[in-house]
Amino acid sequence: MHSFSRDFALAALFWLLLMTQYCSGAEPNSQFLDGLVLLSAQSFTEKEKGIELIGASQDPLAARTLQSLLDGKLFYTSKDNILVYGESEGANYAISDFLSGESLGLVKKRNLEKITINNTLRSTLKTTIALINLQHPDDTVRLAAVNAVLSDINPELLEILAGCYQTEKNEQVRDALSVALAIGGLRQQDTAKRLEALQSVRGDVHPVIKNEIQALIDRETDAIVIKAAKSTLTAIEGKIAWFARLETLFFGLSLGSVLVLAAIGLAITFGVIGVINMAHGELIMLGAYTTYVLQQLMPDSIGLALALSVPAAFGVSGLAGILIERSVIRFLYGRPLETLLATFGISLVLQQTVRSIFSPLNRSVATPDWMSGSITINPILSLTSNRVTIFFFAMLVFGALFLLLKKSSLGLNVRAVAQNRAMARAMGIRAARVDALTFGLGSGIAGIAGVALSQLTNVGPNLGQAYIIDSFMVVVFGGVGNLWGTLLGGLSLGVANKFLEPWSGAVLAKIIILVFIILFIQKRPQGLFPQKGRAAE
Amino acid sequence: MKFTSSAIVAIWTVALSLGLSSSVLAADTIKVGILHSLSGTMAISETTLKDTMLMLIEEQNKKGGLLGKKLEAVVVDPASNWPLFAEKAKELIEKEKVAATFGCWTSVSRKSVLPVFEEQNSLLFYPVQYEGEESSRNVFYTGAAPNQQAIPAVDYLMKEIKVERWVLAGTDYVYPRTTNKILEAYLKLKGVAVDDIMINYTPFGHSDWQSIVSDIKKFGSAGKKTAVVSTINGDANVPFYKELGNQGITADTIPVVAFSVGEEELSGIDTKPLVGHLAAWNYFMSVKSEANDAFIESWLKFIKNQDRVTNDPMEAHYIGFNMWVKAVEKAGTTDPDAVQDAIIGVAVPNLTGGYSAMMPNHHITKPVLIGEIQEDGQFEVVWETAGLVVGDDWSDYLEGSKDLISDWRKPLYCGAYNVVTAKCSGTK
Repeated sequence: MHSFSRDFALAALFWLLLMTQYCSGAEPNSQFLDGLVLLSAQSFTEKEKGIELIGASQDPLAARTLQSLLDGKLFYTSKDNILVYGESEGANYAISDFLSGESLGLVKKRNLEKITINNTLRSTLKTTIALINLQHPDDTVRLAAVNAVLSDINPELLEILAGCYQTEKNEQVRDALSVALAIGGLRQQDTAKRLEALQSVRGDVHPVIKNEIQALIDRETDAIVIKAAKSTLTAIEGKIAWFARLETLFFGLSLGSVLVLAAIGLAITFGVIGVINMAHGELIMLGAYTTYVLQQLMPDSIGLALALSVPAAFGVSGLAGILIERSVIRFLYGRPLETLLATFGISLVLQQTVRSIFSPLNRSVATPDWMSGSITINPILSLTSNRVTIFFFAMLVFGALFLLLKKSSLGLNVRAVAQNRAMARAMGIRAARVDALTFGLGSGIAGIAGVALSQLTNVGPNLGQAYIIDSFMVVVFGGVGNLWGTLLGGLSLGVANKFLEPWSGAVLAKIIILVFIILFIQKRPQGLFPQKGRAAE
Repeated sequence: MKFTSSAIVAIWTVALSLGLSSSVLAADTIKVGILHSLSGTMAISETTLKDTMLMLIEEQNKKGGLLGKKLEAVVVDPASNWPLFAEKAKELIEKEKVAATFGCWTSVSRKSVLPVFEEQNSLLFYPVQYEGEESSRNVFYTGAAPNQQAIPAVDYLMKEIKVERWVLAGTDYVYPRTTNKILEAYLKLKGVAVDDIMINYTPFGHSDWQSIVSDIKKFGSAGKKTAVVSTINGDANVPFYKELGNQGITADTIPVVAFSVGEEELSGIDTKPLVGHLAAWNYFMSVKSEANDAFIESWLKFIKNQDRVTNDPMEAHYIGFNMWVKAVEKAGTTDPDAVQDAIIGVAVPNLTGGYSAMMPNHHITKPVLIGEIQEDGQFEVVWETAGLVVGDDWSDYLEGSKDLISDWRKPLYCGAYNVVTAKCSGTK
């Protein structure tokens, strides 16, 4: 615990230092400097006061100061108490004098005293920055600022926002501001104005509006306004429910696309050459680890590493697949039970190998910026970027594979061997080679699935086990040996799962789906799309 | 030919002498069992605890051992397989004749070995936070009971963050279910409406959090401050936090306080989207105290890797091991009955700068800390309880257990004593 006098002496010292630091250009704004001094205090309440002072200081550096503080980039040097801006560079920090911007070189983390913040400060900071940013020249910054202050509206803020509305030119920002104005309208004394405001927010799905109307219904005494409010609320809720269903559909398609990716390699190895490959999950895992290794090799370009991982993972898992086929599976064709046991053994071997090389701990695979965050459609519907990307990626992989099987000579050979091995051999196709290539192809696709999964789930030795059951489920449900079946099977299982989840819970939803598939297979053993003709034997 | 036969003779001699020397050695050592999974799903967490124990034993031996004898670690691998835990425990006690065992992580593994330790009358030190509702004569619970982790965390959110709406999210097994039952009862007692509590369970290793996070977002947009109390276990946390970040839920809008996310779990992941989310523990690596600095230094030296971290269950083993050592010294023997009597009331330094004591209910006193996750994967303590909290075995907030206490001193000597009916319903 610091004694008061010591704190006071420290504060005075900081003030002096800051005065000397704040040299070039404008007159030092004393409110701003006072605020900076308070930031160096231990207690979070003092810091909060400091943030408020800086926010109100009108100093040109205010917004940058607060943003740096929010990003955790403001430090004091341990030795001479200089306020610096630090950017981490490996184990060290590149620091520069915060007020003058002069670079002070690289220092060890130990020599810096970080200005720590907690969640309360974080939200104070966000609101304060948003208030400053309401005047920002950039449209998107202004829009974000308006949205940030909306959730916590008070009379003074309403006045400011009404002022902004008068001068605002950008359409989107005006829309956001009109939400604030409508909230102001709902709080008016005049009944006619409240009714008018209710009319204007009809169909606006912003959650703030919904809560405001709910609050209005609770406190309102005028029967006409209550009736209007209730009808508006019903309209808004209807619209929200509609968007919620749309969101669930997206979730389902996204889950489905992951299932398709995981299963499509199996659809080839299991579906086309009939091998029950229990090591399929581990081939997915190998793909995910390939991504990890590539990211370790090029830590500065995560996105590029991810893109390169797609062919690399295809290569690694594909080769592993060919190796497994040549060394084990080819001796076991026509003996499904032995294949099952042997590949199960291989899966354990692969898991333990990875555990020995990379340790049993999960590895961290970074997500490039363009795959983080979400695409906002409206205040209640936003689609997460990584899921959207993976959905399209899955479709792309499916399309490429489909073309490969239908249009290339390898595809022709694969289909020929699958349909009638003896006849294909009689026509001069080297069946053994085709088997190896097909198995390699299926394994390679599993590797590609691993790249996608590394962005969604943990990269660890057990990654594969989590997906092997799902993969078999999709292939069996879709119909063995049919790519369209896998696509449709995967997507419909995903969507069904997500529509079940809200009312049954995640655990029960999985069980229900499993029971459904068991019943479905009883009724229709060939799956959704049975193979027709002689090949079906 | 000649060479091989002489080689065989040589091998026999070596083997015999080795066998002899080890049996001679055995008389001079005290064996300590380490029962942690070194393979399978739990290896991630438990391997570290095995290493911690090896380090503690090595250090004790450097100090001259115990009762003039060297300590000898006996490591077995129950392979994350619950029935195997019981078999391995039996092996440690019957075959290896260990004086005490340090081990288990999951509650189900503890439940599986419990009858073995009781039947064989041997001691188990259990280092992980758990759901409570248990007190055995043979088990010492050095991890947190719900009132040493979950309840203070909820208090913090309620008083400091002014949370009014609660999401209790957990993995579907015994620890989260019991903890959430206690928390639900506690929240209702504090006047939280049923509509303001959302409870959600997910399977182990759940990775598709889209709809659950979206539900949390909707639940949190009702104009009241909302927080998530997470008993989500293990690596399912990573995709959970990722999804939170992607859907734009940050710590200052809807904070998540977790009971199973520590430094070890964070070391494998990208912590950027997690900054500001909370965890409740009794120890953080970032705590500044001399004992902690020394512990971290010897850990990094022992494990020969500067990037490794320390965590709460490691501290629990540190406390438990030192308590056992002190109790053995006090009793002058490793006999389980004598150690049981001696250990109650023993206090040893913990790593947060204070002392922890073994209470008569076989739980220990601990401070409770709330930390915010930082970008470097460490925690910044933002709140802590005023003093030490005594572990409460039978929860005061559950209908069936609020009248129960346990006290392993004579004359009560009971694991589940009903103070209303004055009857002992537990094992004697």
